[in-house]
Amino acid sequence: MTTPALSRRDLEFLLYEWLDIESLTQRERFAEHSRETFDAVLELSAEIATKHFATHNKAGDQTEPYMDEEGRVVLIPEIGAALQVLAEAGLVAASFDEELGGMQLPITVARACMTWLQAANAATSSYPLLAFANANLLAAHGTPEQVAEWAVPVIEGRYFGTMALSEPDAGSSLGDLTTTGHPQEDGTYRLTGTKMWISGGDHELGENIVHLVLARTPDAPAGVKGLSLFIVPKWLHDADGAPAERNDVTLAGLNHKMGNRGTTNTLLNFGEGRFTPGGKAGAVGYLLGERHQGLTYMFHMMNEARIGVGALATALGYAGYRQAVDYAKVRRQGRALGEKDPATPPIAIIGHADVRRMLLEQKAYVEGALALVLYSSKLVDEERTATDDAERRDATLLLDILTPITKSWPSQWGLRANDLAIQVHGGYGYTRDFDVEQFYRDNRLNPIHEGSHGVQGLDLLGRKVTMHGGAALELLLGRMLATVERAASVGGDAAEQGRMLRASVERIRETTQRLWGQGDPALALANSSVYLEAVGHVVVAWLWLEQRLAAGEKEGDFYEGKRRAASFFFGWELPKTNAQFDLLDSLDRTTLDMQPAWF
Amino acid sequence: MKIVVLIKQVPDTYGERKLTSEGLVDRDASDAIIDEISERALEVALQRKDSDKATEVVVLSMGPAEAKDALRKALSMGADAAFHVLDDALVASDIGWTATTLAAAIRHIGDVDLVIAGDATTDGRGGVVPAMIAEHLGLSHLAAVDGLEIGAAVSGSQATESGSRTVHAPLPAIVSITESADEARFPNFKGIMTAKRKPLTVVSLADLGVDPSFPELARSVIVSTAERPPREGGRKVVDEGNAAAELVEFLASQRLISAGSAKGV
Repeated sequence: MTTPALSRRDLEFLLYEWLDIESLTQRERFAEHSRETFDAVLELSAEIATKHFATHNKAGDQTEPYMDEEGRVVLIPEIGAALQVLAEAGLVAASFDEELGGMQLPITVARACMTWLQAANAATSSYPLLAFANANLLAAHGTPEQVAEWAVPVIEGRYFGTMALSEPDAGSSLGDLTTTGHPQEDGTYRLTGTKMWISGGDHELGENIVHLVLARTPDAPAGVKGLSLFIVPKWLHDADGAPAERNDVTLAGLNHKMGNRGTTNTLLNFGEGRFTPGGKAGAVGYLLGERHQGLTYMFHMMNEARIGVGALATALGYAGYRQAVDYAKVRRQGRALGEKDPATPPIAIIGHADVRRMLLEQKAYVEGALALVLYSSKLVDEERTATDDAERRDATLLLDILTPITKSWPSQWGLRANDLAIQVHGGYGYTRDFDVEQFYRDNRLNPIHEGSHGVQGLDLLGRKVTMHGGAALELLLGRMLATVERAASVGGDAAEQGRMLRASVERIRETTQRLWGQGDPALALANSSVYLEAVGHVVVAWLWLEQRLAAGEKEGDFYEGKRRAASFFFGWELPKTNAQFDLLDSLDRTTLDMQPAWF
Repeated sequence: MKIVVLIKQVPDTYGERKLTSEGLVDRDASDAIIDEISERALEVALQRKDSDKATEVVVLSMGPAEAKDALRKALSMGADAAFHVLDDALVASDIGWTATTLAAAIRHIGDVDLVIAGDATTDGRGGVVPAMIAEHLGLSHLAAVDGLEIGAAVSGSQATESGSRTVHAPLPAIVSITESADEARFPNFKGIMTAKRKPLTVVSLADLGVDPSFPELARSVIVSTAERPPREGGRKVVDEGNAAAELVEFLASQRLISAGSAKGV
């Protein structure tokens, strides 16, 4: 029997005992929901994940997608079958408005549900998650007709969707995109250009694929301010709204990746002329929203996409941790220190302190990351359903500043958890007979895509920390100090952890002032990745203290585990940030001054 | 047609299944789920409902307060109504008490044409509750049926030592199905939302008219429990020319093949 990839108990703790998700049902949008519907949909997700997603995780890795002679992508059939089950369950539509066929499930619960799928099979989970993000953007910015025509079939699970941003020569630097949308007399556009790294860019899983393509119009200003967003379907609709004519979008090739192999990743040519819709070359596209506002629309949903990446990284770390714990309990090797008799049976490796250290590290990372992802998701719910302006403003500010951390921290430390899961398995972990090496390869993507680790560092220090006169950072630090106050009133180990957190909050404040107070932005930003990592660790320490307080003095192994992991994070992890803050405070110029010739 | 499906909530087989010091299921040790065989029994009833909309499917469970989660799930899968027998006096019930209680509950539900249950639960593995209910209620009974057909009567096949036989019974009846029944459908999100509005009735032993001391009914009590011993090393068969014969002899000794086929070697 395989171990379920997440812990239901931990999710229940985080959602109900800590975040008090049930209180969301008092809001009008979620009034139809209750703990019962949340539990039911979480259980449904766990079951589908375990029975239909986890079961082909390895097969999807071992049999990479390929292009057949007719230029179609061939996937293993289990992927389509699993997605069919998911669509029938209505899970993709879960958090959408009722009028679009959704169930208005809180984003936090929907996120927890999706994390089950991500933990069970990262690659297969990408298809519905991309489709979901695509429909979300369309629903937010499309006309009612565009929503009905292109978003609803995605929500119903009949169509899939992509985000086509990057090009072979422009990824992180979107201002350099060259794909062009040429306006036509009938109000449509014809697109020409090449898009790279398009996940789910072509396949036969549904009736159609809706690409959301970032491109510039011929009159557009240079840089990111000239980008517009276009709906470019693989199949154009007939008068009845059914897929009828092939659009001029051609699969040029597949990328062969280290992990996440089941998610086909494509190079797409728009307007190559292989297909000639309406008798001429050029991919037919429909402008979404206003011209030259494309990046704004994209960023509107970038927060959720980035939380999604953090969730994926967390899920993979979690799945590895669960397997490592199971393995350490059954794998027998060596004897307890002091046991000299070789005739005694070997003990399970979890009996060795260093193995427990590796498991504790993983626990601290993955449960801390899950807390971070769910906390950020709850901010999305609060932002959407706020009853007054102050609550909405606070949720928006916190979400803005936490998003780069929610994306990057799990991507870094979830991967480290996977590394340790391999280590716990020893040589077996390095073989493909076990799952942990695949988790590592799958997770290695997450510090790279949706804004790389370095880009997140620049975003945090260069944009989020300074915006609105530093209001977001102050709000975040204020939240942390409020937790410190609660911990102080509890006393004991929680109060001591609170004192450590208070000192870290001061360090963030001082370091931030030092970096921006010296007058040279290039110097301030040179070490922004270190800043991102240090602040990320403090944020997760804060969320461990929150978990510590939620666990209180409740009895049982589960709560004891939470208290010990909190203690571990404060004792072993948080102190590491002091060296990082020291480095930042020194305004070190090493990376800035290093010359290419010296490498 | 009114069908009652017996639902049992059990510890998830993925988790660690433990007993308390009193020998009862430790409900904190692992997640509680609907027994998979109960889900299959429900699927049989729901398939009947799919083909005949007039069919009413009622799910019935006896268990602690958490058993309502199992019943809610059954409602979200498509059952129409649920009954939960909840009574502190039922803690540590044995098979006899269980069958007496469930029979009283079925009588309480009333006008039941068919009761469907799994052939044995994954935690208790007694496999006799349906037969005992049949005795209590004077229902016809088919045990461990494959390919259950539901019409004016019920029929299906039963595995025997040497093959299978076809069995049928008039209604009202109680039938236990096997793992050969279809895997259960998942609930969908719409089903989860509508399940909230479906009736879930909680009844006590007093509501059912059952004396909580179960007078004149013998009861088995757990005196002691022991962990299953660790698995012992297997037997190695080294091929020195007679491995096939040795293997056959081994399989026959475990009654995995019949002695008759062993003699043919």
